[in-house]
Amino acid sequence: MSIIVRNVTKRFGDFLALDDVSVDIPAGSLTALLGPSGGGKSTLLRIIAGLERPDSGTVVIDGSDATATPVQSRNVGFVFQHYAAFKHLTVYKNVAFGLEIRKWPKDRARARVAELLELVHLEQFADRYPDQLSGGQRQRMALARALAVEPGVLLLDEPFGALDAQVRQELRRWLRRLHDQVHVTTLFVTHDQEEALEVADSIVVIAGGTVQQVGPPDELYDAPANDFVMSFLGPVTRLGGEVVRPHDIELVTMTRTHSRGLEPGSQVWLVPAKGALTVPTMVSA
Amino acid sequence: MARRGSLSLVTTYLSLVVLLPLAAVVWRSQEQGWSHFVHAVQAPESWAAVKLTLVLAVVVALVNLVMGTLIAWVLVRDSFPGKAALDTVIDLPFALPTIVAGLVLLSLYGNNSALGVDLAYARSGVLMALLFVTLPFVVRTVQPVLLELDRDMEDAAASLGAGRLTTFRRIILPNLVPAMLGGTALAFARAISEFGSTVLISGNIPFKTEVASVAIYNQIQSDDTANAAAVSTLLLVVALVVLLVVDLAQRLAARRG
Amino acid sequence: MARHSLRWVALAYVSLLLLLPLGLVAWRTFEKGLSPVFDSLTTQEAGHAFQVTAVVSVFAVVLNTLFGVTAAILLVRHEFPGRRLLNAAIDLPIAVSPVVVGLALILVYGKFEPIGGWLDRHGIGVIYAVPGMVLATVFVSLPLVVRAVAPVLEEIGTDQEQAARTLGASGFQTFRRITLPAIRAAVGYGVVLSLARCIGEFGAVAVVSGRIVGQTQTATLFVQERFENYDQPAAYAASFALAMTAVIALVLTRHLRRRGIS
Repeated sequence: MSIIVRNVTKRFGDFLALDDVSVDIPAGSLTALLGPSGGGKSTLLRIIAGLERPDSGTVVIDGSDATATPVQSRNVGFVFQHYAAFKHLTVYKNVAFGLEIRKWPKDRARARVAELLELVHLEQFADRYPDQLSGGQRQRMALARALAVEPGVLLLDEPFGALDAQVRQELRRWLRRLHDQVHVTTLFVTHDQEEALEVADSIVVIAGGTVQQVGPPDELYDAPANDFVMSFLGPVTRLGGEVVRPHDIELVTMTRTHSRGLEPGSQVWLVPAKGALTVPTMVSA
Repeated sequence: MARRGSLSLVTTYLSLVVLLPLAAVVWRSQEQGWSHFVHAVQAPESWAAVKLTLVLAVVVALVNLVMGTLIAWVLVRDSFPGKAALDTVIDLPFALPTIVAGLVLLSLYGNNSALGVDLAYARSGVLMALLFVTLPFVVRTVQPVLLELDRDMEDAAASLGAGRLTTFRRIILPNLVPAMLGGTALAFARAISEFGSTVLISGNIPFKTEVASVAIYNQIQSDDTANAAAVSTLLLVVALVVLLVVDLAQRLAARRG
Repeated sequence: MARHSLRWVALAYVSLLLLLPLGLVAWRTFEKGLSPVFDSLTTQEAGHAFQVTAVVSVFAVVLNTLFGVTAAILLVRHEFPGRRLLNAAIDLPIAVSPVVVGLALILVYGKFEPIGGWLDRHGIGVIYAVPGMVLATVFVSLPLVVRAVAPVLEEIGTDQEQAARTLGASGFQTFRRITLPAIRAAVGYGVVLSLARCIGEFGAVAVVSGRIVGQTQTATLFVQERFENYDQPAAYAASFALAMTAVIALVLTRHLRRRGIS
């Protein structure tokens, strides 16, 4: 199912979280909402889920206007950064929760839960309580819980943010593979550009409450729309007022012996490095 | 060295002030044998007082279970001008002398009540007094748990299709139950042992408004320490059993979670 | 809408149970102006009652503070057989009726053998005298300082104390310069709580004091005695004074708790 966000604005008191934001998320894609914290990406995700209401603008899910639809009936799967595990319920009961709400027949629900626990490799943990699981396992349980109800879209808010580096790497790849299997329209929020570049088909860069650029990872990297996008996607340095990536340029000097180093006033040249795709025009300094 | 010194100091102090005297009560109640104990507890006036106390304490516990949870909910989830003041006032029954609490209630619900209700010398008056002194227990046990409760759980339940009532019943309530029971048990224990606040409003009419503590007091005054010890022991056992059972239940719940 | 109705239910319950009656007491107290209140609080009898309350409370609070801090450190910082039992025993007073407290003390320190009888033969009066009242007050307020200090001790952990030890501080120096400053607010909180509880104690003191007017009568006993002798102005005036100490205690504990957290 596709998601279309049109002219969404949201304020929290004096703070303008989203300023006239419009985004199209095609059906079946895996999209990252990337940006610095406080930039509005989580707010946008929560508005799409129905957990927040926009002050103005519309959200269209699968062709119909969902702006006024309460979260209960939007049929979205939502995964939280800190898992939001139901602490008093077993893993099995956590995953079955949405099915019980939807009054699925018992045996069908049981089969569905088993299927999902297998998908997230938690079959043998069905009777455990969330406190007895590791962070990575808890997040996989949360994913199974969200997917169990066959949501039209899957929304993940910094899903790997609370995990340590190695588990994070694993779960990233695993999410990618999962999406290739399930094909549900997936939108995840992250502040980690590496994560976005590695996992997503398409990236929406959000900062200061506005969309900075939308596109596939390569396009964003090779043709950043502005200095902000460029600096957010990797290390940059500023030379003569221009933002450049250090590995895109080479420094050529004319000193006789490198051991003596450069002396003040000696002449240097900046040239494009081998394989550099984007080198901004520069004037000599 | 220092540890052993302070350990013996602490245990000696505790023994002299609390343990030895309580043991003396239990000892005195059993001095003349079990049948005498049963007889003493079942003496008409004592038994009526004990029954009234237990019934009132159960009612007080149930009212607190509901109202205490509700007040805690309002204090955590609602916001309105004066909320901080309300939050402070909840502790007043802990700080206010019980005899003053009794007088305070008598002034509004006594025989020249401004509201036109006269609860003085009636069981409903005793009930009011007990509700007054037990107000903070459930509120103060539930409030911190509710404050710590992961709000994302509720959002998660909503995103899975649960309505507000379902979310409350299936997600919030199960997480509050241990605290609710703990607070209720404390309120119950306090209610069966309360004395000061009931003295003025109840009139201490035997078979009608006399609660167990007052019965014990009267027995002490007439130098009948054996019977007083019997009723005291019964109260002690009931309070301890209730607190123990709830503690055990909470422990079980904690192990599961 | 539903949320608002909950708010009104909560406010109505607290108002009817707490606020209205309290307001009415204040109003009754000052119905005829300030001077009758002043007069009834400055009688010799009233003055003596408040004095007895002060003496008993100060003794009880000092004892319980020393005990409370020692017990809290013992429970949190040391491992020893019977620790859980001691922990449970400290909470025992919560479940005991004040009247039973009085009875319990009479049975040990009254004229009963062996302890009370021995004390009696040596001319040491505990029951119907100030020592018995201090004992009763200590009993009812015993857990308060321990329960205020123990969680804070637990939270600050042992890192700072160990750091001090590595820097050469002795056990006592570590306690005085590291531990004590860290638990100061919590101790203060416990002390204020105990003080309020001690000043307000009625049942236990009623039993062990013998309620001798002008000798062992405390402020709370004074309230009851005056009320039952149809001297309502004095009962209300003393009640109001006691209620004011409760309110001050409440504000103080709130302040201290906030400081303890930050």
